Amino acid sequence: METKKLTGSEIIIKALQAEGVDTVFGIPGGAVLPLYHELAVASIRHILTRHEQAAAHAAEGYARASGKPGVCIATSGPGATNLVTGIANAYMDSIPIIAITGQVGLAMIGRDSFQEADITGITMPVTKANYLVKSIRDLAATIHEAFYVATTGRPGPVLIDIPKDITTQRAAFHYPPRLRLPGYRSRVEPHALQVAQAAAAIQAAEKPLLFIGGGVITSGAHEEVRQLAEEQDIPVIMSMMGKGAFPETHPLFAGMVGMHGTAAANYAVCETDLIIGVGVRFDDRVTGKIEAFAPRAKIIHIDIDAAEIGKVVPAHIPIVADARQALQALLARLPEKRERPAWRQRIRRWQEEHPLRYDECGLKPQYVIEELYRLTRGRAIISTDVGQHQMWAVQYYPVDRPRAFLSSCGLGTMGFGVPAAMGAAVARPDETVVAITGDGSFQMNIQELATLSHYRIPVKIILLNNGYLGMVRQWQEFFFDRRYAYSELAGNPDFVKVAEAYRLPARLVAAREEVVPALQEALETDGPFLVDILIDREENVFPMVPPGGTLNKMVTGGRQE
Amino acid sequence: MKRTLSVLVENRPGVLTRVAGLFSRRGYNIDSLAVGRTENPSISRMTIVVDGDEQIIEQVCKQLNKLIDVIKLSDITDDPHVGRELMLIKVNAEPAVRGEIMQIVDIFRARIVDIARNSLIIEATGDADKIDALENSLRPFGIREVVRTGKIAMLRGARTKGMEASGDGTGV
Repeated sequence: METKKLTGSEIIIKALQAEGVDTVFGIPGGAVLPLYHELAVASIRHILTRHEQAAAHAAEGYARASGKPGVCIATSGPGATNLVTGIANAYMDSIPIIAITGQVGLAMIGRDSFQEADITGITMPVTKANYLVKSIRDLAATIHEAFYVATTGRPGPVLIDIPKDITTQRAAFHYPPRLRLPGYRSRVEPHALQVAQAAAAIQAAEKPLLFIGGGVITSGAHEEVRQLAEEQDIPVIMSMMGKGAFPETHPLFAGMVGMHGTAAANYAVCETDLIIGVGVRFDDRVTGKIEAFAPRAKIIHIDIDAAEIGKVVPAHIPIVADARQALQALLARLPEKRERPAWRQRIRRWQEEHPLRYDECGLKPQYVIEELYRLTRGRAIISTDVGQHQMWAVQYYPVDRPRAFLSSCGLGTMGFGVPAAMGAAVARPDETVVAITGDGSFQMNIQELATLSHYRIPVKIILLNNGYLGMVRQWQEFFFDRRYAYSELAGNPDFVKVAEAYRLPARLVAAREEVVPALQEALETDGPFLVDILIDREENVFPMVPPGGTLNKMVTGGRQE
Repeated sequence: MKRTLSVLVENRPGVLTRVAGLFSRRGYNIDSLAVGRTENPSISRMTIVVDGDEQIIEQVCKQLNKLIDVIKLSDITDDPHVGRELMLIKVNAEPAVRGEIMQIVDIFRARIVDIARNSLIIEATGDADKIDALENSLRPFGIREVVRTGKIAMLRGARTKGMEASGDGTGV
């Protein structure tokens, strides 16, 4: 029987559908015209962003909020290179996205053709894998492999570069094609001996700490983390990537650790005798000075990526495995109940003595976020940009469930917040999605107001506007003699007028008493909304561990503790 | 500390770039890298000599293992193995000193493969120590050019660093 042959473009669409893709983000261009011709009549929803970078961030927001891979599409050359920051962002935070880029025709490759860029070469260091499809016969298998690699093991972005002529050639379509990945191992069972050692170490520990990160969310291990914490009476600290992996309102929660972490979490790290790191990579923003990090502690390090073990801190007991499987194995080996009242109380004392606090006069960003928390009852999906507002969001908006806090953690990409919120809102239409941003970050992808407006994507943008690149200014204040070199954003537009020009409702807030009514209006209005809040211009993020410093040497409100 | 890594990779476009790029990106030092196809044309073997402390070597191996095109990696430094490299060396050779040079070539079991009026090309194979020693012995005559392949290596005895792989989608 003769199978009907499909064009490359049809194969791409069919393969995406077979992979369960319902939405893609992208911008058409010369090299992807045949693909878009088919996309226009396919059942897949296409969101037209106004910059390819935003398409990549939106795909990432979609993936983070839903747990499914996000897909973005761009044309060759500048379209593809515009994706790079978004791809790098997903790589640093281990988020599965698939980037499909058009490429010039096979015969034109390597000739510096119009809109040609070697995107597989460019993205090699920031993708988990990437492919240049050189034959229509490989197309379906490559797409299948890309989705498989992106979503298994330690997830990450995968790019598929497809020459234009391949999208118009024809081939038979069989799906899923056979996978052949002899060099790729995604499943690793926790080693029984290591698990036994870890269990013994937990039982022997007086002052253990569970340190959780993004890997807990990826593997869906939040219930196991909670069970381990509660049954063994172990306080929990998190990296920013771990936000939402353990309820922050839980009595065992001690806070985020690191540069802008809580005093309790940072003091606890300095005193603990056992760190159980789950799905974390001991980033420098977490550890501060490596030699002084957890000086008294044994370290159990659970990670699916063997290369993370021992990369930064030596692990006494490494467990290379999926976090959920490893924790289940560990739980099976531990007695049902254990109490550690002295250690718990010690951490409680630190929390009481050094709570997060701010000066209440004026219009403080922390107040805005606290009110946002109250009005949304802590149930919104929060997306942030990068800078001071990001840290205030982490500190003052506790999150109790996974996939409800989306932030650019590893790469620190300003411009991430609004497009990521867009992706999240598309993925989770039943949820309230709030983008907390700053005036610096917002302007790095401000064109996406058009996308929000066009599709009526109900993202509530809370703009904490201080007229500065605020975190840069804070560092200049602390470490560069208050010389505010080029960190003041003097040419800022009237953001309310900008929003209105895009036909988005917006409110300006210039006084404390206007905060709650404006937030209420934003939350109650259907569709997208912008609240431009003129916060105290020189408010700082505290506590702060100076870069490369020791975690118990925090600056809090200008005082050294 | 120098370690010799024997790496089986899929013979796909870009695999060399991926491996080399990994070294430069993470700041590791490659001493030498030799690559060629194996008895199976879809698979190539790289012999990489890398310099670094224990922690760096461990990271190199783990990061290489993460590359999807890397099928299998073994550190064979401590296994009995035959390690060889090939050197071509062009050396000044006035007729008056040719006899002396030919003696050195004999001692090292090297070969003269080209001769011009005032120079010779010598071909030598051996382990790095021998190649270095030959190069040093010829230095007084004036070395014009040296080309070395970098080390290739094979385990002694019947053992092989086989093709068996444990990855996904094999035997499916």
